[in-house]
Amino acid sequence: MDRRPAYWRYTPLLVLGVFAIGFGLLVDNSFYLRIAALVWAMGIAAVGLNMLMGEAGQVSLGHAAFIGIGSYTVAIGPAQFGLDPLFCVLIGLFLSCAIALVIGRPILRLEGYYLSVATLGLGYLVSLVIVSETALTGGPDGLAVPRATVFSVRLAGAGIWYWICAACLGIAVLLAINLQNSPTGRAFRSLHDSETAAAALGIDVGAKKLVAFVLAAAYGSFAGSLIALMNGFAAPANASFIQSIELVAMVVIGGSGSVLGAVVGAAVLVVLSQVFVSFHDYETLLIGLMIMLFMIFLRRGIVPGLAHLVGAR
Amino acid sequence: MAEFLQFVFSGLTVGAIYALVALGFTLIYNASRVVNFAQGEFVMIGGVATAVLHTAGLPLLVAAAGAVAIAGLAGFLLHQFAIKPARDASIAALIIITMGASLLLRGLTQLVVDKQIHSIPAFSGEATIEVLGATLQPQTLWVIGGSIVVLAMLQFLLNRTLVGQALQAVAANPLAARLVGIKVSAMLALAFVISAVIGGVGGVLVTPITLTRYDVGTVLALKGFSAAMVGGMGSPLGAVIGGLFVGLLESFGAGYVSSTYKDAVAVIAMLVVLMVAPRGLIGHRSAERV
Repeated sequence: MDRRPAYWRYTPLLVLGVFAIGFGLLVDNSFYLRIAALVWAMGIAAVGLNMLMGEAGQVSLGHAAFIGIGSYTVAIGPAQFGLDPLFCVLIGLFLSCAIALVIGRPILRLEGYYLSVATLGLGYLVSLVIVSETALTGGPDGLAVPRATVFSVRLAGAGIWYWICAACLGIAVLLAINLQNSPTGRAFRSLHDSETAAAALGIDVGAKKLVAFVLAAAYGSFAGSLIALMNGFAAPANASFIQSIELVAMVVIGGSGSVLGAVVGAAVLVVLSQVFVSFHDYETLLIGLMIMLFMIFLRRGIVPGLAHLVGAR
Repeated sequence: MAEFLQFVFSGLTVGAIYALVALGFTLIYNASRVVNFAQGEFVMIGGVATAVLHTAGLPLLVAAAGAVAIAGLAGFLLHQFAIKPARDASIAALIIITMGASLLLRGLTQLVVDKQIHSIPAFSGEATIEVLGATLQPQTLWVIGGSIVVLAMLQFLLNRTLVGQALQAVAANPLAARLVGIKVSAMLALAFVISAVIGGVGGVLVTPITLTRYDVGTVLALKGFSAAMVGGMGSPLGAVIGGLFVGLLESFGAGYVSSTYKDAVAVIAMLVVLMVAPRGLIGHRSAERV
């Protein structure tokens, strides 16, 4: 179906790269840079969740759990054990992957909605622990994260974090695109179309879904660490139920299955939540409505929908 | 002994509500294969709407009936405007749609009503009854009795009426049901309405004890799923047994282990069941293993 040369698949990376570099060079307002950095960081989590949802056809309704784990390991590690915050990013990745593996292994052998219910439960548990274990996590107040230093350069300020987040997103997108076009990526898509057919072709369906889930967890955890390091703060809101649903909304609205779509979705949701700071009461209603409308009427989402329109002409 | 009995009472009370949520969830799942993540919102609507209508001056019974009707209407609208247009969508898409509907209902309630905690008076007063040293709120009897009545009515409807038989036919095989002249879409709408009404009744019954607010739906849905999973997905009997089991487990967990993590008990029970025995306690239907 796709007869374009192989380098075409890197178009999303090029589009993002040009936009991110242009924005970074032209904009000198730390408020906008901070929001853009948040978009890039959330984009990483959305690209990860997109692997699971768009590629493997499984929905995680508790993905903020992994953002929470990533955020709180970089906060708790230095505070309790005197570890380097950057080293704690790795611990967070390890913890998130381990949890995803333990939960996902038995559950992903079942077809259908079981992962959604299980992740909804997991998200709830992680958020409950974060709010309840006040001595460790600071409870509802959150926990401060020490500034990380690299070669005695202190990582602080919107400018630095803009470029760090953009670079991390670039790497995350590159990996995701390569994965999409690897045998594993093709196996993911075959799962999405029909698990039975995929199984008949000799694909170990459970194992492939598990790979997607663990990768999505790793992306989520990394994004969480990045956000906490950038803000110098781990917030319970990052692990909340509404955060999980916002992540799902990012993938759905941007366009399930599209790497660029996931980042666009992240941009839409992050910018909207900034706009809605003063209309906080409408936020739940609006997110719910947007998710429903996109799922019912524009199931492709923004980016694949636009690509289809352009292609049809 | 008195303490033990006390935990049994409170466990059965919350368990009855979880059973009702699980039952509504099972009904929709069996009829349409849709996993309705908005199931908890019906319970919330039942409670909040009763409180608002009662505060506005309506007698409690009228307010309760109105609230259950509103919940039923929400179920109907959910099917007509969200599920029906997306009938050919994947399981993942339908999950996301019901999740969106859940946020929508919660957001609407928050706007139309408010974000306050609401309560309604207990049906037969607050005077507690002493049973073997444990105290029993009369409302507990209402919750358990009401749940039994709902269950009996549902059994009668499904097994003894033509409509119920048609509903079961749709659940068993939608194509065959259509071929014998059953309106599948109408039956699915009915399944959503019945589920919503069951949830609404649950909300009315339990609000005098637990109080209610616009955002209680998610946790209720989560506990209802836990109950349905623990009992065995797709089985109405499993939903009821799972609900009572999870309620009792939660009550004993809160009493003897930790009240901070009381809400975690149901979820942990569900995760363990999903990992170890996905058919649940009573699952008669084999889980779809790949």
